[in-house]
Amino acid sequence: MKILVAIKRVIDANVRVQLKRDGSGIVTDGVKMSINPFDEIALEEALRIRESGQDAEIVAVSIGSDTSQQQLRTALAMGADRALLIKTDDEVQPLRAAHALLAVVQKEQPDLVLMGKQAIDDDSNQTGQMLAALWQRPQATFTSKLEIAGDKVRCTREVDAGLETIEADLPAVVTTDLRLNQPRYVKMPDIMKAKRKPLDTMELSELGTPELPMLQITAYEAPQGRAGGGRKVENAAELVQALKERGVL
Amino acid sequence: MAKILLIAEHDGQSLNPATAKAVSCAQAIGGEIDVAVFAASAGAVAEKASSLEGVTRILTVERPENEAPLASVLAPQIAALAADYTHVLLPSTTFGKDVMPRVAALLGVAPISDIMAVIDPTTFKRPIYAGNAIVTVKAPAEPLVLGTARTASFQPAAEGGSADIVAKQLDVELPAHTRYVGLKGGGGDRPDLQSAPRVVSGGRGVGSEENFQIIYKLADKLHAAVGASRAAVDAGFVPNEMQVGQTGKIIAPELYVAVGISGAIQHCTGIKDAGTIVAINKDPDAPIFEIADIGLVGDLFEVLPELEKALDASA
Ligand SMILES: Cc1cc2nc3c(=O)[nH]c(=O)nc-3n(C[C@H](O)[C@H](O)[C@H](O)COP(=O)(O)OP(=O)(O)OC[C@H]3O[C@@H](n4cnc5c(N)ncnc54)[C@H](O)[C@@H]3O)c2cc1C
Ligand SMILES: Nc1ncnc2c1ncn2[C@@H]1O[C@H](COP(=O)(O)O)[C@@H](O)[C@H]1O
Repeated sequence: MKILVAIKRVIDANVRVQLKRDGSGIVTDGVKMSINPFDEIALEEALRIRESGQDAEIVAVSIGSDTSQQQLRTALAMGADRALLIKTDDEVQPLRAAHALLAVVQKEQPDLVLMGKQAIDDDSNQTGQMLAALWQRPQATFTSKLEIAGDKVRCTREVDAGLETIEADLPAVVTTDLRLNQPRYVKMPDIMKAKRKPLDTMELSELGTPELPMLQITAYEAPQGRAGGGRKVENAAELVQALKERGVL
Repeated sequence: MAKILLIAEHDGQSLNPATAKAVSCAQAIGGEIDVAVFAASAGAVAEKASSLEGVTRILTVERPENEAPLASVLAPQIAALAADYTHVLLPSTTFGKDVMPRVAALLGVAPISDIMAVIDPTTFKRPIYAGNAIVTVKAPAEPLVLGTARTASFQPAAEGGSADIVAKQLDVELPAHTRYVGLKGGGGDRPDLQSAPRVVSGGRGVGSEENFQIIYKLADKLHAAVGASRAAVDAGFVPNEMQVGQTGKIIAPELYVAVGISGAIQHCTGIKDAGTIVAINKDPDAPIFEIADIGLVGDLFEVLPELEKALDASA
C-alpha cells in the first residue's frame, strides 16, 4: 500500500511564542522550528504499519517555503521513503493546503493519508477534513487507535463523549491525536542515510489549484492574562473561607 | 440582515449544552437563527432546542443515516441546507470540529475555527498558538460565513423560548463509505465536564487510578464535574474524555480546582476562562500558582480530607 503523510513546519511546541512589538505577527526569526507534533505522530503510525508487515511505501509531503525541506529531511530520517515539497512563499491556509494535497493525492493515488488533527500554529483543525471532502473519501479525525484490515480501516476516535469507533473503506484520510503513539527519536546514521533519499520539489502554482477564498488577519494581540498570582492560603479552612469571600461557595 | 443556520449537537436523546452556547455566538452576530437537528428521529432534541431563547425556527432533518454523527454523511446535507443562509455555525466541540471543515470544502469557503468574539458579522477573534495569541480575522461574506463557536467564550442561551419546529426533506445522496461502530463513554451520572459550573481536576500527582477516588469524593461534595491533566490520562488514571487543556476540553467553569497538576501551558490553555482557579500542589514553585486565584501548598492526600471536613463544617 501507499501512505501519504502530511508534514507541516511549525514553531517548536516548547517555544514560548512571542508577538512582534508592532503587533504585525508572531516572532519567527531565530526561533526553533519542528515538524508539527501531530504530524510526527502521523508519520510514526505510517512507519508502524510498515513494520507490522504491510508492504508500504511512505511519502512525506509538505506545502511551504524552501525551509520546510528541513522537516522533510527529518521525516526521511525517521523512515519515510521519499518526500515532496510543494513550494510557495505565500501564506498557506487550510483550504489551500487541502487543495494542494488533493492534487498530490490524485497523482500519487495513496491508500491512506495520515495527517495531524491540527497544526499547533494556526490551531485550525481543518485541513484533513477538507481534503477528505474534496477527495470524496472517508475521514477519521482525532484518531487514537488505527487498525487496517484488507481494504478497510477501523479507527478509534477521541471524542468529547469518550472513545468512538468507526470503520471506513480505503482510501481514507485519518488525522491523529496525541495518544495514537509515541514517535521515535531519529538516530544519527539515519540522518546520514536520509540525505540520499529522494526529496522532490514542485511549485504550488504548477498544481493548477483554483483561486481560493482566504481569511484576512487584521490584528494580532496578546491574550487577556488572568490576574492570577492570587493569594496563598495556609490550610483547608482558610481555603473554604476564601472561596466564600469570592462568592463561589 | 444575517440569517444564521446553527447545527445542533446531540446524542439522539438530549441536546448537548454546547449548542446553547453556540446560540449566544449567533446572537452576537445578530439576525434570524434557525437550529437544524439532523437525527434518525429528532423529537426530544428538537423540543429542547425550541426552548432556547433567541431561536427563530427548529429544522428537523430525519433520516436513518443521521442516527450517528458521521461527518461524511452530515456535511453534504448541511451544505445543501446552507444555501438560504448568510452564516452557518457549529459548536467548537469534537463534533463541530469534525463536521465544519468538511462543509467548508464542499462550499468552497474559508471557515473560522473557535470563534471567541464577534466584532461584526464577518469579523471575529480566535485563538492561535494554544491561546498564546489572539487574531482578528475577516472572512469573505460570499457565499457565506462558516465557523465554530468556542464554547468557553459564550454563556448558554437562556431557556423559555418556543420556536416553531419545521420538518425538512433534503434530497441529497449520501456516501456509504464510512460506518459508525460504537461509542465507549465513561459518562456516568457526574455533571458534564464541558458545562458544569464547578470542576475538580487531578494530575500526575494523584498517583494512580485508585487514588483518583479522592478527587471523585471532593467533586461529589462540591457537585462538581471531574477533569484531569494529560499526564493523568496518559498514565491511565482516568479515561481520555476527562482531559482538560489544549488537546482536551477547553472549559470555563465558575470554580476550577487543580489538584496535583503542575500547570503546563497546554493545561492552562484549557482553563483560562474559569471564574476562580484553586491550585493544590506540594511544590510552592509549581507554575499553576501563577494563574491560580487561590493557592494552597501541601500534600493533596492530607489537604483533600481536610478540605472535605472544612466544607462539611461550613455547610
Ligand atoms: C502538543 C501538546 C499538547 C498537550 N495538551 C495537553 C492538554 O490538553 N492537557 C494537559 O493537561 N496537558 C497537555 N500537554 C502536556 C503538558 O505539557 C504536561 O505534560 C501535563 O499537563 C502535565 O500534567 P501534570 O501537571 O498532571 O503532571 P506534572 O507536570 O508531572 O505535575 C504533577 C504535579 O503534581 C504535584 N504533586 C505530586 N505529588 C503531589 C502530592 N502528593 N500533593 C500535591 N501535589 C503533588 C507536583 O508538585 C507537580 O507539580 C500537552 C503537551 C503537548 C506537547
Ligand atoms: N502547509 C502544510 N503542509 C503540510 N501539511 C499541512 C499543511 N497545513 C496543514 N497540514 C496538515 O493538516 C493538519 C491540520 O492542520 P490545520 O488544519 O492547519 O490545523 C496538519 O497537522 C498537517 O498534517
